[in-house]
Amino acid sequence: MIRIERRAPLPPRAVVTLRLGGVALAFGLGAVFLTATGHSPLPAYLDMLRGAAGSSYALEQTVVKAIPLALTGLGVALAFQAGLWNIGAEGQLVMGACLASWAALTLPWPPWTLLPLLILLGLIGGALWALLPAIPRALFGTNEIITTLLLNYVALLWVDYLVFGPWADPSAFSFPYSRAFADAARLPLLAGTQVHAGALFVPVIAAALTFALRHTAWGYEIRVIGRSPRTAVYAGMPVSVDILIVMALSGAIAGLAGMGEVSGVIGRIQQGISPGYGYSAIIIAWLAGLHPWGTVAVAVGFAALINGGFALQTSGVPAAIASMLQALVLFSVLVSDFFATHRVIVRRGRPATVAAPEMRAQP
Amino acid sequence: MDVYLAEIRKAFPEITALDGATFEAQPGEVHALLGENGAGKTTLMNILAGLYQPDTGEIWLGGQRRDWRSPAQAITAGIGMVHQHFKLVPPMTVCENLLLGLPGSLWLDRRGGATRIRAFARAHDLAVDPTAPVWQLSMGERQRVELLRLLLRDAQVLILDEPTSVLTPQESQTLFATLRSLARGGRTVIFISHKLEEVLRAADRVTVMRGGRAIATLQAGETKAEDVAALMVGRSIVPPLPAASARGAAVLVIDRLSVPGDRRPLAVSDVTLVVHAGEILGIAGVAGNGQRELAEAVAGLRPIACGDVALAGKAIGHASVRDRIAAGVALIPEDRLHTGLVGDMTAADNLILKSYRTYPFSRCGVLNHPMIRRRARDALNRLALPIPPQAPVRLLSGGTMQRLLLARELGEDPKVIVAMSPTRGLDVGAAAGVHQALLDARSRGVATLLISEDLDELLILADRLAVMHDGRISTVLERRVFDRPRIGLLMAGGTA
Repeated sequence: MIRIERRAPLPPRAVVTLRLGGVALAFGLGAVFLTATGHSPLPAYLDMLRGAAGSSYALEQTVVKAIPLALTGLGVALAFQAGLWNIGAEGQLVMGACLASWAALTLPWPPWTLLPLLILLGLIGGALWALLPAIPRALFGTNEIITTLLLNYVALLWVDYLVFGPWADPSAFSFPYSRAFADAARLPLLAGTQVHAGALFVPVIAAALTFALRHTAWGYEIRVIGRSPRTAVYAGMPVSVDILIVMALSGAIAGLAGMGEVSGVIGRIQQGISPGYGYSAIIIAWLAGLHPWGTVAVAVGFAALINGGFALQTSGVPAAIASMLQALVLFSVLVSDFFATHRVIVRRGRPATVAAPEMRAQP
Repeated sequence: MDVYLAEIRKAFPEITALDGATFEAQPGEVHALLGENGAGKTTLMNILAGLYQPDTGEIWLGGQRRDWRSPAQAITAGIGMVHQHFKLVPPMTVCENLLLGLPGSLWLDRRGGATRIRAFARAHDLAVDPTAPVWQLSMGERQRVELLRLLLRDAQVLILDEPTSVLTPQESQTLFATLRSLARGGRTVIFISHKLEEVLRAADRVTVMRGGRAIATLQAGETKAEDVAALMVGRSIVPPLPAASARGAAVLVIDRLSVPGDRRPLAVSDVTLVVHAGEILGIAGVAGNGQRELAEAVAGLRPIACGDVALAGKAIGHASVRDRIAAGVALIPEDRLHTGLVGDMTAADNLILKSYRTYPFSRCGVLNHPMIRRRARDALNRLALPIPPQAPVRLLSGGTMQRLLLARELGEDPKVIVAMSPTRGLDVGAAAGVHQALLDARSRGVATLLISEDLDELLILADRLAVMHDGRISTVLERRVFDRPRIGLLMAGGTA
């Protein structure tokens, strides 16, 4: 008889070891597949490594990719801590970018006010977009998974409308992007690197979330609500208000990621500013066990995997295999996660019963 | 088919559900299994139906020793059970629900099935529309679908767990007529109930269970309700309660309170109760008669329809939960793991659940972790609770969880404690610890409203006792006139 049951939680160190084991397993399985399709695994992996971290340029590109992943990851991790399934980080990112772009493209303000304003508007754009589903959730218990997800498409189409219509760059021959931002609206690069200053948002927000969740009475409230909403009501906590606050903050952080993309990376708003960062954020947050610094670490690993995958393609391995490797890593880490909370018991037969007493006549 | 269960024992990690229960039923009879909640009725029948395997004991069916490894084997052998909570798929039609699990071809023959079911239902006088989706059906109709499912599988032994709990009186009558005709057709019909009157009216024989044993089997026609009630609740003497420090002032006043229910307009109607300082007022009754709603209304977890609740002279009937906690209302909820505690948090984190916003646990909104840990360690040492500091409390035993919860609720110096089934599922030692904690609070002058389905517990602890039935409160009995058979009758909805 094979039985799977929950086990007492492992110490954090053992969990990390288990997950790293999962990553190793993924590359092992990937090697089998690469060999089977006629590629030598070792050079392929070296290509990936080179693409992700082989030069200072590669490293910087990985960091740039990690910024939106980490920020959206932090945003959804906060929501998940409160038991809220914010699947809408993608849309919140886009709306943050959108509102920031509006200021960059239209407001004739003095240049030095522009960046702080863009940051603020990025936060507000994401927060408002997250409040839209948060209000019915807090008041009527409307399922936020569906509403946040669907609002992603609304946000994407809204940006499409803007970049094809009112904000379209007149000199772009109807390509879907806006005019370039003025220099004053661009996040500066960190000294001597290709990394924009949005990278600084990440440690600031990770530290703030760590402190808020772990060391404040409000954070305690959020953790209780997320783990046992009934207990929170029983203890008299203001659950509805907390839902609104958490969703607004979660959206604001995602919106900041969007601001970083348009102001730091692209320099304009265009169709497809995010290749699904807001969705990867969900996986990243869970892989990190919703820990803020863990989310940052996993986001960097994720960015390395993406950039490594690009490098792999340029060395002749089909793109499908690169994405397959990424999927394998995710899959093995999730499986290893399962074994962090469950164990498999194999036992022969079932426990013996006490020897039957003498045969008994029918009553 | 003859059913004979011999000396069945079944222990769960927290509790021994069956302690050598022997039961026997014959074809052609309607046999009732009667007992209070927790007497082991459902566990015994789940063992007959193959859902649980007994630790020791034997199952005999039609003169043969049987040993189920799965419910499927019991079904094949002709045993069918209608559970208290129906096992139907609401979005699917009656026909689809019934064809589910029946041996048949790979293709679902909906039209043929519907015709067959209609004919079959008519033959057994169980009218249902096979094409109706189950969610549209009344509870009585759903029960007929469940019965049809058993009959389609040609079950010879029919078990129904609390079949009337969801039915109107008229539907109940129809059901019992159906059960009788099925029994006359040669089947063995067993139904579980805690309602005395319906058992005596509807069954041929009654087996009374108490504390995991079957203590008597009686002919329903030759038995008086009083005798069965006495058997059901036991006959132990009411032990002496430590003398109270004289009944104090009225602390909790519940004044003509009516409370809406989840599925009915009023779960509590027009209840008036006064609990004094240094007194335990017990509320007896069978689960689902409004006790939970009453407790939740006092604690602020459920809005009230009319009437009011006052604490030490101040109306709190519309105050927030937080204000009531601050005013001194403590609640020991029914579901300790999912309402009273946060299972995934540590004992220290659970101890500050209601005081995390106040000094010394937090200042200006920042938690003082060293202080929280130190206070938790002190509290756990004082109670001699061996709780690992970093373990989530869901891993603790039920008894330890409950003592942790009590430590928090009683530690905040409450004026009123509302306790719901505080010893459910606990072993004797843990239950005694909980009782002692409640008595200590009583001698400190706390007013306690103790709601329990365990009559023994109420007889041990309560200074006064009222019975709740169908949302209403009986007369409040003084301790010197506690009388089990009379209370038993009141619990079963009789008048006494």
